[in-house]
Amino acid sequence: MTAVLEISGLRKTYRGRKGVRKALDGFDMVVEAGQVHGFLGPNGSGKTTTLRTLLGLIKPNDGRMAILGEEVPRRLPQVAGRVGAIVESPQFFGNFTAETTLSLLADAGGVNPRRVPAVLELVGLRDRAKDRVKTYSLGMKQRLAVASALLKEPKLLILDEPANGLDPGGIREMRTLMGDLAGSGMTVLLSSHILGEIQLICDSVTIISAGRRVAAGSVADVLAGHTSSAVRVRLEPGVDLLGAAEMLRAAGAVITIERDHFTVGNASNPAQITKLLAERQIYVSELTPVSADLEDVFLELTGTAPVDGASRQVDQVGTQGGWGQ
Amino acid sequence: MSLYTAETRRLSKRRFTRFFVLIALIVLGLLAGGTAYTHEKTTARTRAAAEAAADRAYQEQLGYAEQARQDCRKDPTSYGGNCDGISPPTRDQISAEQFLTPPFDFRADFPALVIAWAALLALVAFIIGASFVGAEWNSGGMMNLLLWRPQRLRVLSTKLSALLTWLAGLGVLSGAAWTGLFWLIATLRGSTAGMTPGAWQSLGLTGLRGLGLVLMAGAIGFGAASIGRHTAAALGVAIGVIVIFQFGLAIVLELARVRFYEAYLLPAWIGAWMVKSYDVVDYRAPCVYSATNSCEPPVLTITWQMAGGLFAAVSIIIVGVAMWTIRKRDIT
Ligand SMILES: Nc1ncnc2c1ncn2[C@@H]1O[C@H](COP(=O)(O)OP(=O)(O)OP(=O)(O)O)[C@@H](O)[C@H]1O
Ligand SMILES: [Mg+2]
Repeated sequence: MTAVLEISGLRKTYRGRKGVRKALDGFDMVVEAGQVHGFLGPNGSGKTTTLRTLLGLIKPNDGRMAILGEEVPRRLPQVAGRVGAIVESPQFFGNFTAETTLSLLADAGGVNPRRVPAVLELVGLRDRAKDRVKTYSLGMKQRLAVASALLKEPKLLILDEPANGLDPGGIREMRTLMGDLAGSGMTVLLSSHILGEIQLICDSVTIISAGRRVAAGSVADVLAGHTSSAVRVRLEPGVDLLGAAEMLRAAGAVITIERDHFTVGNASNPAQITKLLAERQIYVSELTPVSADLEDVFLELTGTAPVDGASRQVDQVGTQGGWGQ
Repeated sequence: MSLYTAETRRLSKRRFTRFFVLIALIVLGLLAGGTAYTHEKTTARTRAAAEAAADRAYQEQLGYAEQARQDCRKDPTSYGGNCDGISPPTRDQISAEQFLTPPFDFRADFPALVIAWAALLALVAFIIGASFVGAEWNSGGMMNLLLWRPQRLRVLSTKLSALLTWLAGLGVLSGAAWTGLFWLIATLRGSTAGMTPGAWQSLGLTGLRGLGLVLMAGAIGFGAASIGRHTAAALGVAIGVIVIFQFGLAIVLELARVRFYEAYLLPAWIGAWMVKSYDVVDYRAPCVYSATNSCEPPVLTITWQMAGGLFAAVSIIIVGVAMWTIRKRDIT
């Protein structure tokens, strides 16, 4: 497989009134051709900054980037025609209709204007195409943005939170659309906070935290690398659940008691549980590993799981007293 | 080329553009209408009526004078004790011309109207130029466009050339219509006499300088709004220049007794550009002796070349800074 998108050692610092802020701190990313690649990270971790830099809107301080084998930003004008992008809910000039907006873009980019009605149809805006963009709802603007990215039939489609504001039906349509696009050979880079969605449609993911890559690879690999060591334990009916849990806790297990079962959070060796219980004549009726989903992995890697009684601040990463690291 | 077409389309599709062009046309129309209304061809009949009116006025004046003389004789003190000073105007002091609606003299009157046309259009060009790029920056449309054409200088200069071409078109069309309209007014309600080739040439050059003013105003508005990334930036700069520079500076310079202080103010330069030269007179300075006139205040003459050079320099600097900033800045 060939890489459609390569980033290495990308650095960007914003200079503000209160000194400098490292938005990207040596970030790396690789996206293979034909894949749907998820780009995940907490608020303020640098996703949008990465995409803006990639598309030449921001000048990086350091690092190398290539799109479709071409060095960017130097060769960006040559590849721009093959890259469709939306960056962070793009704004449009409110007094133009969707049709005018797209046809002006098509003109500017030298795209066949006959694609305009086609993409409007595709994103479901056909009947509202002659309304001014100002009158659109959030989701309709988002659909228009997706339409604008699809207008030039790109090889690489970059979507920054495209599901933002879409209704459930719209999200599902977006999922199907992306599947179809990837099927037709397009590579899609998708940033999103809806992890269930990412897990459903992405072949691979990159997780960014505080401007650095913390995980990358196929969804299965990322999940496998972080299977939780938690197991769910269910005992035979009538057995003293609390007593058994207490006994295990005394042996060092981290126990969470539920109504009819408990989970052991740190069961690196589940056999130990059965052994300890069997010594007291307690027999387990169920012992299942609790599989981690993308959300768990994400929260663990980025250290952004909520902590009871504390409001987590943006830019606060796990090492500063969060959970899991 | 495709970008250029898109930008021209964008400019003419904007409601803001249409609205301000419409406003300008309405104002010009009112000006033309007013001119037509207040001028009239002189015919034998209107002249006779004016003569009669002048006669009536003369008789009235005689009556007033007679009345005053009688009052004076009764009570000379209220007239300063001397009744000989009271005398009616002579008949030739009240001419028929004063009672005649003047005819519109194309050769004499039209040049001032060309200046009015240029000034109004320049104002509109400034606002349209500023809003054209300002609204794009402000709405995020510029960012979108740069995703399609990631050549910033190219995008901005194409936008500017689309704007200037469009303004030039507007200027030529409206200028031609303006000339035609007043030619018609002169034909119907005045005279077109004296329009020699030389007069036409001079008029044409005034028109061209007016067009230049319009284009420079458009470019300055465009540049300022692009630097500030907002239409309001350009309008703010314009208002700032007028308030601080013109009113404020005028007062300060006057108080500081700076020589030729008018030369620091915009109207002198616009005047010089449009009517070829403008004399700034320094009345406070010791006068200069010359052979013909005994004592004249010193005069500084601003030529149209000087004014044109200044305006061109300002436009080039502002557009240059706009180009420079778009090349460097992060677009977020
Ligand atoms: N124009 C700017 N000036 C200064 N700092 C900025 C600017 N844009 C972004 N940042 C900072 O850079 C960091 C990364 O921001 P970025 O927008 O890339 O986050 P993100 O991953 O897209 O977040 P989200 O999920 O909320 O969209 C943040 O700390 C942000 O405050
Ligand atoms: Mg973002």
